[in-house]
Amino acid sequence: MISGLLLVMLAVVVQSAGAGLSQTEGDGVDSALELLKSTKFSDRLRGVEQLATSGHSGVLGLLSELLEGRLFYIKKGRRLVIAEEQDGDYRIRDALTGEPLGVEKARKLRKINLNNAMRSRINALVAAIDLASDSPSTRLDAVNRILDHYDVDAVAAIRPLHAVERDEQVRDAMEVAIALADLETGSFSQQVQAVAVLQESVHPAVRNGLVRLKARAGNPELARMIDKSLEIIDARLKVFAALETLFFGLSLGSVLVLAAIGLAITFGVMGVINMAHGELIMLGAYTAYVIQRMMPDHIGISLLVAVPAAFCVSAVVGIAIERGIIRFLYGRPLETLLATFGISLILQQGVRTLFSPLNRSVETPEWMSGALHINSALSLTYNRLYIIAFCLLIFAGLILVLKKTALGLQIRAVSQNRAMARAMGVRSAWVDAMTFGLGSGVAGMAGVALSQLTNVGPNLGQSYIIDSFMVVVFGGVGNLWGTLVSGMTLGVANKFMEPWAGAVLAKILVLVFIVLFIQKRPRGLFPHRGRAAEG
Amino acid sequence: MSSKIGLTKISLSIGLASGLFVSSLVQAEDTIKVGVLHSLSGTMAISETTLKDTMLMLIEEQNKKGGLLGKKLEPVVVDPASNWPLFAEKARELLSQHQVAAVFGNWTSVSRKSVLPVFEELNGLLFYPVQYEGEESSKNVFYTGAAPNQQAIPAVDYLMNDIGVKRWVLAGTDYVYPRTTNKILEAYLKDKGVSEGDIMINYTPFGHSDWQSIVSDIKKFGSAGKKTAVVSTINGDANVPFYKELGNQGVSAETIPVVAFSVGEEELSGIDTKPLVGHLAAWNYFMSVDNEANDSFIDAWHAYIKDENRVTNDPMEAHYIGFNMWVKAVEKAGTTDASAVQEAIIGVSVPNLSGGYSAMMPNHHITKPVLIGEIQDDGQFVTVWQTSGLVAGDAWSDYLPGSKDLISDWRMPLACGNYNVKTGKCSGQNF
Repeated sequence: MISGLLLVMLAVVVQSAGAGLSQTEGDGVDSALELLKSTKFSDRLRGVEQLATSGHSGVLGLLSELLEGRLFYIKKGRRLVIAEEQDGDYRIRDALTGEPLGVEKARKLRKINLNNAMRSRINALVAAIDLASDSPSTRLDAVNRILDHYDVDAVAAIRPLHAVERDEQVRDAMEVAIALADLETGSFSQQVQAVAVLQESVHPAVRNGLVRLKARAGNPELARMIDKSLEIIDARLKVFAALETLFFGLSLGSVLVLAAIGLAITFGVMGVINMAHGELIMLGAYTAYVIQRMMPDHIGISLLVAVPAAFCVSAVVGIAIERGIIRFLYGRPLETLLATFGISLILQQGVRTLFSPLNRSVETPEWMSGALHINSALSLTYNRLYIIAFCLLIFAGLILVLKKTALGLQIRAVSQNRAMARAMGVRSAWVDAMTFGLGSGVAGMAGVALSQLTNVGPNLGQSYIIDSFMVVVFGGVGNLWGTLVSGMTLGVANKFMEPWAGAVLAKILVLVFIVLFIQKRPRGLFPHRGRAAEG
Repeated sequence: MSSKIGLTKISLSIGLASGLFVSSLVQAEDTIKVGVLHSLSGTMAISETTLKDTMLMLIEEQNKKGGLLGKKLEPVVVDPASNWPLFAEKARELLSQHQVAAVFGNWTSVSRKSVLPVFEELNGLLFYPVQYEGEESSKNVFYTGAAPNQQAIPAVDYLMNDIGVKRWVLAGTDYVYPRTTNKILEAYLKDKGVSEGDIMINYTPFGHSDWQSIVSDIKKFGSAGKKTAVVSTINGDANVPFYKELGNQGVSAETIPVVAFSVGEEELSGIDTKPLVGHLAAWNYFMSVDNEANDSFIDAWHAYIKDENRVTNDPMEAHYIGFNMWVKAVEKAGTTDASAVQEAIIGVSVPNLSGGYSAMMPNHHITKPVLIGEIQDDGQFVTVWQTSGLVAGDAWSDYLPGSKDLISDWRMPLACGNYNVKTGKCSGQNF
């Protein structure tokens, strides 16, 4: 049935696109449109089916308006219109003729809502249209969608196209689809051939198809062949699964490193136990939110602007904390801990008063959503890829600052031997403020990254403070490389444990492991000789 | 000179204060006090502040209609600050110090468990407006939110019969409500012939934000050629990164729908709903329900809160029902005395906002319709399915071995929240 539908739809595309539906085109369309206005979803679904089989030109346009949620009808008179929002009201035009009808109040209109069944039906229709697209990537996408919602009939539409397809990738995907259909309905020799073709593919529909065929295969030779193919597929799936877990681990690791790297400077290099570190991250996330509100039309750019802005905001707050409070408490870790804990509460409550206790949403730009499809068993999400890159960039930047600049030289000098540095003319108090500002600013930049992954709310910082200390202590206090290695190690270890231990237990196991490790090596993975380590 | 002014000021303010004191004493004699026990600070403030405002609105409206038994209602608002032991202290304060006639409050199950002994000891009345895991029936508590058979079970029925789901992921946050609900659902699914291998259960900590591996597991679980759905009891905050990750990994509502029990209009109002469109939620009320009672409730709410963009949600409706039931029961009993109201309220029936009537059952749960809605891009739900009639809340699940034989009936002569029909004994342990 679907195949017939597909062919009709293809014919429609070939014929024309764009021309409006005229009401004289027959009762089939009229009654279908009437069904669309029904309050029952089952009626509306029938309306979509009837529209699709009617074969009229312009149906596709109407369906895509419906999919976009722009198809309404006027409550009075039940006229079908396409409406676009304009300052709270709707600018409407006739759905059939395209005649503009002015602006109407939202209350006078009723939207034709979709449910999942309608949405997937319309999407399937659009996929069939996409098979005839000029762009190879659109065609590939359409074939994959048909594979995802695998249906023997749907493949029938692909068969004639396979012969004329020029793009190699698309042709391969089509071959898989056709082989899959042969598996179900083909002759014995076709089946044997199909099994051989399919062992190259890791698409889940393929594996399911093979398992199904094996269950009913009478021929022992065929069964043996299927077993062999399944073995090959499973081995490849295992490799991809391991790669995927590694990627998940690295991305979790980079989040940990991002959260901890600022602390690696303030705690690691300066020896200040800064409990307000999480709140500095939170301030960065809120900066991203504020900047995005200031430029709502440029979500992508606003995020890029937010990175330096968040650095400045958090750095200024950090310097204020250092100059205002922490400098009076050097050498008194317990008091520092309590004072900074107090600051963290003040910052949280301040944000709560200023922005309300509700979470704020920072929108994700288009280029950060979706995933990079390597094959049907492995795809890497873009937002995680960007975060990994961002983390490495910040890390490289910090190393450069510490190793190649005058400030870095002074920071290292003060952290290694304060008295000697002062004797050489280094203004140690100024260096302290700058170091703390640097660490805080980096925390702010981490906040921008986290705003893409989690909720921006007053409690954002709290959920990262423990992890941050864990990473720094495990990596070795005072060592940036240690922080990178330990963050990535913990991330990967966590992700490899998660599938069999569960998210809750995996986290506990990691903590237990760190406790045991610190017992053996109190100075972490890479002990560093600095002020903190000596003290 | 200045000291003189100071003195006059002080004496003035003393006079004023004593005047206020006297007037409040006078007022106290001819008002009925109503306690509002919702967190106004801390993590639960997000959800509970709205319910406090709802109660104040309902009380104000009742006073405009002339109050109750010829007296004005006086709200007493306390803030238990999302701190479970503090809930018990504040409940005691409301009941023994302020002598309130009834208390409307609580959100989390753990806070309800914390106040329960206080209400039983001091014989107070608590109206609890949130969906919960069941397995409880106290003489002093009225459960106006959904029990599992009024939310979870119908949702699973819908997925099984209308969508044809064969494989199930039960995902939840790691605490009592999801654990109990999933235990009931697992038993129910097995009862319906779903095999062990077709059920995947997953728990995550509060505020979980790294959903990569779990979503990837769900995707793999769902690619076995059978229609798969996720039944989510994931709580609050953690939902946003969860749905985001689903979107990023290409899991759409058409391939693997997620039905949630803790995601409502209020939760959706703060977030970008694009990745959520088409996913489902099961409630007893949606703001989008089209009838006059609901329209006028929404209008009244917007007028009271002075913000046209505020949404209404299911627990607000539960308070609306609970408050009206209490008012009606007090009128029926002619007194606010707790024992009299407990007796009078059973069988009381009041309009709900989904276009029907809800009645208080002998087990202190109420009858409600169950609605399944799909999330739209404007953060509202469209009802795609609803029960043909009302569903009565079941205190003790029929699908758990321990509570299968238990019933609750607070009418005389049984008057028991935990009566075992097999042994014919009342255990007296109501929770």
